[in-house]
Amino acid sequence: MACDCTAPQCQAHKGGKTQTGQAVIELENVSYSYGGGELLSDISLRLMPGSFHFLTGPSGAGKTTFLKLCYMELMPTSGQLRVFEKPVGKMTRDDVANGRRRIGVVHQDCQFLNHLPVAENIALPLTVSGRDPAGEAANIMELIQWVGLANHADVLPPQLSGGERQRAALARAVVMSPEVVLADEPTGNVDWDMSQRLLQLLIELNKMGKTIVIATHDLNLIRAAKAQVAARVLRIANRRLQLAGADL
Amino acid sequence: MRLPRFLTNITGLLAGDGHADRVVPPTGFTAQLTLFAAGAMAFLAVFAAALSISTGRLADRWSDELARTATLRISAPAEQLEAQAAAALRLLETTTGVASARRITAQEQQDLLTPWLGPNLPLDALPIPALIEVTQTREGIDADGLRARLAGEVPGAVYDDHARWRAPLVRAAQRLRGLGWLSLLLITGVMGAMITLAASAALAANARVIETLRLIGARDAYIARAFVRRFTERALIGAAIGAALGTLSVALLPSADTAGGFLTGLGFSGAGWLLPALIPVIAAAVAFWATRTAALRTLRNLS
Ligand SMILES: Nc1ncnc2c1ncn2[C@@H]1O[C@H](COP(=O)(O)OP(=O)(O)OP(=O)(O)O)[C@@H](O)[C@H]1O
Ligand SMILES: [Mg+2]
Repeated sequence: MACDCTAPQCQAHKGGKTQTGQAVIELENVSYSYGGGELLSDISLRLMPGSFHFLTGPSGAGKTTFLKLCYMELMPTSGQLRVFEKPVGKMTRDDVANGRRRIGVVHQDCQFLNHLPVAENIALPLTVSGRDPAGEAANIMELIQWVGLANHADVLPPQLSGGERQRAALARAVVMSPEVVLADEPTGNVDWDMSQRLLQLLIELNKMGKTIVIATHDLNLIRAAKAQVAARVLRIANRRLQLAGADL
Repeated sequence: MRLPRFLTNITGLLAGDGHADRVVPPTGFTAQLTLFAAGAMAFLAVFAAALSISTGRLADRWSDELARTATLRISAPAEQLEAQAAAALRLLETTTGVASARRITAQEQQDLLTPWLGPNLPLDALPIPALIEVTQTREGIDADGLRARLAGEVPGAVYDDHARWRAPLVRAAQRLRGLGWLSLLLITGVMGAMITLAASAALAANARVIETLRLIGARDAYIARAFVRRFTERALIGAAIGAALGTLSVALLPSADTAGGFLTGLGFSGAGWLLPALIPVIAAAVAFWATRTAALRTLRNLS
């Protein structure tokens, strides 16, 4: 399998061989700065359809920032970012909205609509893209059961625990069966068994051809995944994105 | 067939989207504020419209009907009065611009003076001038020419075409009509401003909701619609109530016939009574535009 990473350390790219397929998200010499010094510098990466990546790095290295670039919450301060082959600089606001419908996101600080029950929050991506959740009620219920929230479907999000919020956020991210799932610490607050269950969900999606990126500090989670899928580990450190060593 | 964008917006709004409505939490007091503001403004708008229309009517009547009547007043010693009155009538008959000229009878004069001087007035004993009522044609009389001829032939005659007192009245009426329309414009503007403020407050209070919706792929138009629908609906309802109450108040004003003044003439006539029905429609249009503008402006500041 050819590598979809253009980081300098990546062996597959030594010799100038480039991937010919169409990347779902493509960064070309992307830099980002919040106003102070540069947080991310000169990052190049092609996320190919069906790939599975972990994103690690010290706290504050810029993992969340990187994911925010990928779903266009932030715009690169320099370099080229293409999402579904479209340069983000040329996208209209509706293009951005349409792009986000194809990307499921689990935010590190999961935001919900506090006035709607958990089940409706999970179905929200369907609702806002004009699909009637009622028509997919069975699927939604199955998903809610899978993430262990069947007993909480009708409560309001403020009544959820931290781990329950993360599970609801993951369910919401995958409810549209999006082409890409970006998950920021999706298992930070759940026990090992539950984190395995959530990982299983993402692995199943990956087997269906979806592109998965998980930002995490949890090395055990990465090991568990690598036993089942061809997952790669990217590491952000010192403003750069690198392919992590083989020790993982 | 494709509807123009604005029409699809409006029809989409009327058809409604239960889900789009639900994704934004109830907007509480801002919605009540809109209801009240639209109601109060519509109430005032009815009066401003009534004022404009009534004064407009008055100005037209004064400048039209009054302009076509004039009075010839002949003061002369008693023995010459009849002769001069007859001469004046003859002269008026040959004056261009005169549609008719008629001597006001002694009885009519008596009737005119009774309210002021009492019924037992010995009219014969008083040096009452003779009055001739002149109605002009559309072309009108050359007042200066007529006065010059009268000076020669009927020395005791004074021609009064009411211009002196009519002109400022017509001007005042026209000015009032202008002020009425200006008030309507201002009321519309204030309502737009209030709804913009209320909508902005609602948008600011729901910043996180809007942000969350944006991040899961909601389009601007979808988010805006939830707000626009609410405020348009409140403005429509509020203005309908306000306009109805205003119209009722105008209808219940004492009638012009009994009191016979300018103020009591305030009101609509005929099809004019349908005018207040337009006010809620205009209020809804203003709310639609104001909320949509506020929403899209807020959204542009989000990623
Ligand atoms: N909106 C912002 N404005 C300014 N600086 C920011 C902003 N968001 C994040 N930062 C800074 O950027 C750096 C990277 O933040 P980021 O959230 O991407 O890190 P992270 O790798 O996700 O960390 P963690 O593992 O703790 O979640 C941090 O130093 C943070 O303080
Ligand atoms: Mg983070």
